[in-house]
Amino acid sequence: MTTPGSAQDALAGVLFLVFALAALFGAGVAVGARRLVRAVAGLALSFLGVAGLYYFLSSPFVAFMQVLIYIGAVCVTIVFAVMLADTSEAASESPKGKLLTLTGAVCSAGVAAALLFAASTAQWHQQPAQPAPGTLERVGVSLLTTYSMSFELISVVLLVAMLGSLVLARRGRDRQ
Amino acid sequence: MNLLGLSQHLETYLVLGALLFAFGLYGMALRRTFIGMLISSELILCGASVNFMAFGRFVAPDQTTGQIVALFVMAIAAAEAAIALSIIIAVYRDFRSIETDAPADLKG
Repeated sequence: MTTPGSAQDALAGVLFLVFALAALFGAGVAVGARRLVRAVAGLALSFLGVAGLYYFLSSPFVAFMQVLIYIGAVCVTIVFAVMLADTSEAASESPKGKLLTLTGAVCSAGVAAALLFAASTAQWHQQPAQPAPGTLERVGVSLLTTYSMSFELISVVLLVAMLGSLVLARRGRDRQ
Repeated sequence: MNLLGLSQHLETYLVLGALLFAFGLYGMALRRTFIGMLISSELILCGASVNFMAFGRFVAPDQTTGQIVALFVMAIAAAEAAIALSIIIAVYRDFRSIETDAPADLKG
């Protein structure tokens, strides 16, 4: 345990635990917080933790995109909507009925238990780790050759979503 | 099992993805406002992405597959956020509220 390699491994393990805990704790805050702004902050923390997980899955490009798109665009847009559509007293959520809350908790705990059971019992055919797994260059090449259809679909979907949100947000203004 | 070597196991990521998915599901049932439900749906998509990335890293023969799927999910989530937020703004203009009970006035 005194060689530098193992010390680095231990540091990486601690960092991984920090990222995993950040993802789970942020998700808990995002679901449980009464005020919506606090929930968005928890969501951003959870996204940061998931970006760390992506880095440990040896794909720093996707981790960077996670920070850029989710934290930089989606969270900021949600905060924008909270500011636009919320007066300060309506920003806190009153909880739903006890029965509904209990049903939701039981159902999601059931789904979680089923997924955990499947993850712990199934046997996967694991590949040996390749020397240069999933570098940015390979992602770019396969995005333009094997998966060019998904590349085109992403651009079309984003264009249609932009136009659709413009149309939807404008429709309400005509009525006023 | 060594706690510090958890990042090298497929099961760790599957467990984390399942927990994120369940948190999102619980939030979808619990939340009363549209923005709260949007936040929960982002958590659900994130949990699914973690699973795809883990399978792409540990199981798939081509290492880029999981990353492409994760990028696709990110783009879909961004488009979904834009559409949902414009719907929320439109609903807020008509009902002066973002609670899910308000548009229920529409039925008969």
